[in-house]
Amino acid sequence: MLEIKDLTLRYGKHTALDGVSAEVGKGEMVAILGANGAGKSSLLGAVGGRVRPASGSIRYQDQDLLALPQHLLVEHGIALVPEGRGIFPAMTVEDNLSLGALPRRAQAGAAARRDEVFGLFPKLAQRRGQIAGTMSGGEQQMVAIGRALMSAPDLLLLDEPSLGLAPIVAQELFAALGRIRAGGLTIMIVEQNAAATLALADRAYLLEAGRIIGAGAAEALRNDPAVAAAFLGGALTD
Amino acid sequence: MRKTLSLALPLAALVLLAAAPLVASAYQLGLLLGMATYVTLASAWALFSGHTRYISLATVAFYGTGAYTVAVLNESLPYPVVLAVAGVIGAGLALVVGLSTLRLAGIYFVIFSFGLSELIRELITWYEVNVTGTLGRYIFLDITARGIYWQMLALGAFTIGLTAWIHRRRLGLALRVIGDDETVAAHSGIHLARVKLIVFVLASTIITLAGAIASPRWVYVEPSIVFNPTVSFLTVIMALLGGANRLWGPALGAVPLFLVFEWLSSDFPDTYPIILGLLFIAVVFVLPNGVLAGIERLRQRRKA
Repeated sequence: MLEIKDLTLRYGKHTALDGVSAEVGKGEMVAILGANGAGKSSLLGAVGGRVRPASGSIRYQDQDLLALPQHLLVEHGIALVPEGRGIFPAMTVEDNLSLGALPRRAQAGAAARRDEVFGLFPKLAQRRGQIAGTMSGGEQQMVAIGRALMSAPDLLLLDEPSLGLAPIVAQELFAALGRIRAGGLTIMIVEQNAAATLALADRAYLLEAGRIIGAGAAEALRNDPAVAAAFLGGALTD
Repeated sequence: MRKTLSLALPLAALVLLAAAPLVASAYQLGLLLGMATYVTLASAWALFSGHTRYISLATVAFYGTGAYTVAVLNESLPYPVVLAVAGVIGAGLALVVGLSTLRLAGIYFVIFSFGLSELIRELITWYEVNVTGTLGRYIFLDITARGIYWQMLALGAFTIGLTAWIHRRRLGLALRVIGDDETVAAHSGIHLARVKLIVFVLASTIITLAGAIASPRWVYVEPSIVFNPTVSFLTVIMALLGGANRLWGPALGAVPLFLVFEWLSSDFPDTYPIILGLLFIAVVFVLPNGVLAGIERLRQRRKA
């Protein structure tokens, strides 16, 4: 579904991605793991049209993604939840969600999809009239994900959804991601919380200093002592 | 009920305001015209800047261009045609400026917009001195103060009506969203550059027309008069005081501030710029979102 080939991306002289290749198949959940500054967000940003790579290609459902302007990605079924929530703080929960259904492809069936989102995050249903900016970090992240789902995506891009959340809130979030995943949506996720992400994902790529240094099934990576040492704080016994 | 009231009240006010010149003295009519002008300028400014948060100091660039268009053409073309030409020039200028600058972020846009007014003033001065050999032009038009006032009132009403209409449309939603988060806006399928450009051109055209309509009052026009940067600053401070992201905010800020400035500039002409500056600072510090948002916050606090 998504095919990234030899992607190189630079900010001035700094090389953020150096010949990265990766794939996401239909219905798969693929995680990109790596330390701060490894290039995870740059990779997701390139797929989401936020940053222009210097070379390489990204193909999505057999078309050249790099040729599409950013505002048309959503019409092709790509939804991005950027790092740091990405909600509209002055609007109500309901308006934030309606905004997600703004693209032409999402206008039909918006009501039904909203009910799905409310089913996924019951808290949002209770607080549909609340101004989004006054909610807790975890709730705001739910709004952000809900908004993305409202656009009827085929591919959901998540950039550090658990960043800055209390552990218990993050746990709740991962449980919701598990339910979204079970619905069959294709997901590409960038996360620092490697343990929780590997528990959900099908496959993962390990990114270090802009290069892919490893890839494999999530299950196998979870049990790989080298991975555990590098990405999981060395302790993955539970 | 609320809906009919929100339409009936402004219409009744408009009728009253339109009838006012029939009983007003010449001085009072001058005040009314000044208020109508600044309500129009502040509302048009807020149409673009209120939600996108692009603070533009280019108001006088367009306002002055409108006035100067009338000064140049008033003897060769009939007045309605002159107005139309001014509108077209304003829209064209806004299109060029918008295409080249709306990618600038925050402070860079502010500085550019300020520079634009100065640039246009200097260009026209240079042209008049070197090519036409005159600095200063006369506007002799057969338009009464009443006529000017009615035109300005109509333009102001149109601006507020247009703002209300846009806010209810997809375009209005897009504007609000762009001010909050451009990345998410783009990922919601909004063409950022196009939305910003459309609204910038609309607002700038209105401001240009306001300058064209107001110009016959001056009779004598030269670049340093019509491109006075104080107009840009007053417009911003008025819109911010009332609340730039509310429909009635700019009007609410423009009326009292115009009266205060009128009084200050006649009674304290020397200290007036200092007071203006202090007021600017006070508004930004005390009421960053305007009076209307301040009142709302107070109400919510009382409820809680």
